[in-house]
Amino acid sequence: MKPFTVLEALVAPLDRANVDTDAIIPKQFLKSIKRSGFGPNLFDEWRYLDVGQPGQDNSKRPLNKDFVLNQPRYQGAQVLLTRDNFGCGSSREHAPWALEDYGFRAIVGTSYADIFFNNCFKNGVLPIVLPADEVDALFRQCEANEGYRLKVDLAAQTVTRPDGKVIEFDVDPFRKECLLNGWDDIGLTLRHADKIRAFEDARRAKHPYYFA
Amino acid sequence: MEAQTLYEKLWSSHVVHQEADGTALIYIDRHLVHEVTSPQAFEGLKLAGRKPWRISSIVATADHNTPTDHWDQGILDPVSRQQVETLDANIREVGALAYFPFRDAKQGIVHVIGPENGATLPGMTVVCGDSHTSTHGAFACLAHGIGTSEVEHVMATQCLLQKKSKTLLVRVEGELGKGVSAKDVVLAIIGRIGTAGGNGYAIEFGGSAIRALSMEGRMTVCNMAIEAGARAGLVAVDETTIAYLKDKPFAPKGEQWDAAVAYWRTLTSDEGAKFDKVVELDAADILPQVTWGTSPEMVTTIAGRVPDPAGITDPVRREGVERALKYMGLTANTPINEIAVDQVFIGSCTNSRIEDLREAAAVAKGRTKAANVRRVLVVPGSGLVKRQAEAEGLDKVFIEAGFEWREPGCSMCLAMNADRLEPGERCASTSNRNFEGRQGAGGRTHLVSPAMAAAAAVAGHFADVRELQ
Ligand code: SF4
Repeated sequence: MKPFTVLEALVAPLDRANVDTDAIIPKQFLKSIKRSGFGPNLFDEWRYLDVGQPGQDNSKRPLNKDFVLNQPRYQGAQVLLTRDNFGCGSSREHAPWALEDYGFRAIVGTSYADIFFNNCFKNGVLPIVLPADEVDALFRQCEANEGYRLKVDLAAQTVTRPDGKVIEFDVDPFRKECLLNGWDDIGLTLRHADKIRAFEDARRAKHPYYFA
Repeated sequence: MEAQTLYEKLWSSHVVHQEADGTALIYIDRHLVHEVTSPQAFEGLKLAGRKPWRISSIVATADHNTPTDHWDQGILDPVSRQQVETLDANIREVGALAYFPFRDAKQGIVHVIGPENGATLPGMTVVCGDSHTSTHGAFACLAHGIGTSEVEHVMATQCLLQKKSKTLLVRVEGELGKGVSAKDVVLAIIGRIGTAGGNGYAIEFGGSAIRALSMEGRMTVCNMAIEAGARAGLVAVDETTIAYLKDKPFAPKGEQWDAAVAYWRTLTSDEGAKFDKVVELDAADILPQVTWGTSPEMVTTIAGRVPDPAGITDPVRREGVERALKYMGLTANTPINEIAVDQVFIGSCTNSRIEDLREAAAVAKGRTKAANVRRVLVVPGSGLVKRQAEAEGLDKVFIEAGFEWREPGCSMCLAMNADRLEPGERCASTSNRNFEGRQGAGGRTHLVSPAMAAAAAVAGHFADVRELQ
């Protein structure tokens, strides 16, 4: 996994609540057996006017000019600004894969669905939770100022606005450490292999019927 | 000892290791696998040169991509076929306790086959790369939907990294009215607490109305815990749980059964256990539910109307409702029972078990599909459910009513196979998600119970099933 330390980047505002993972990456793209290549189909049904199919040449498809990510001023955005309960619905990890593949490294919103939130950390994407009034202000500023950028510092746990205002955010120490270092969870967990084995042996002795 | 909730008991009996910030490694007893969220995990495992930790924890099936008709022709879509064949190859190489591949007599939706085979047992931790894994919590097991990286993590380590959730008790007291089912209960709960209401919580469903539900009804309720934002739903063990599991293929037998049952009886929240939050509903107030929007919380009753955004003051919410009505092609204040449907889908891991099919058949019996309804799909949750339904003659009831009787699978719940809505088509669906495009690009989904779906099929529009029974 790519480490995440400091990101200073353009912001794209997606002003909707309850954006679900079906919207982030529609099901027809879930048929892929790979982890990469989902970026061109991120938000497919909102981004294009036709119905996308896997393996298509996306550069030839009609774009929905009204959709925020299609506006020239948001090209190259790496921070996605959004509202409540982002990433709800299906557990598909294809959603953070698509966000990451498109270029997003951080999401700023008020709340996230649990599974999606977790999946982001496994893929080097940082989901940041800020209070609703701060998010409101960011939407206003971002829409009013072309080229609006935010600086995200994971070690310091801060988001810095172009006007210099610093907003702090919370993150679990363990997740922060893993993301800062780009650590692979499995490798970390396997350091406890003896403990897992001991736990398993004791459980098998006590509840053999779970090990049939 | 301090009184504990069921969630706390399940949690503490599985903690292998804990970090200073509370992140814990919890041991996983059962790992359910399907074709969509596993290929990248198997590949990751192989690339890292790792082996699965405990193969006997794995139960696998193919369900999302499989067609529901013409099984003799195999899977025609080459991309779907590749995904299913990749699962076949991975299981062949790695092994599993059980695998129910495409066309196997016991193949079916992963959340249907686990319980019906006794592969889901009280006291277990159950994971699957699928958010509706919450279904299994009906058996008082801690069941989590996980992402693909976590699928790989569980395969490699038999553990999941997880933070302890807060606890929410949803208590439904009293008796459900005639024509009101488990689906209506859970939609009413989501209508009350919202789709983010359970974020960060494990929800325990309790109260006399939940106790009175069958295991299948409890699975329907827990299935949609995720739609309320909770990663896990739970119902405590009682005689209903134990009676359901007796003699299931993977359930313990003989002395082992007795020992297991003695333990399982302890899997309830203790008297006086503290929950972080409690929500109460009166069962008698719950009417048959119908969603009108593009999120399960956008729900009302069959006696209700499409809401009017003009009356909503919060701008973000108002815009959400406006956008939903536009997508759904609905006009504010339209009575729900005047909304006509083009298709009806009876199936999915929410409502494709035998009792669901019986409820739908009871409404369909002696009636026929309305002329304006293009298609009614009835898709059993598994091969076992299908054969049971056929033994009871339910297939004939459906066919005589002009419904289509299909092979098991996820089907039009998410339309990864050929079963889908055309753009603009409206569907009464017993599934769990009414998101934009969920049942086909541009399709419009209204979530209802099996009986209400059958009622819409014969009436041609949403209709109060209580008047048909
Ligand atoms: S039936 Fe629907 S919700 Fe259930 S596992 Fe299949 S696709 Fe997911």
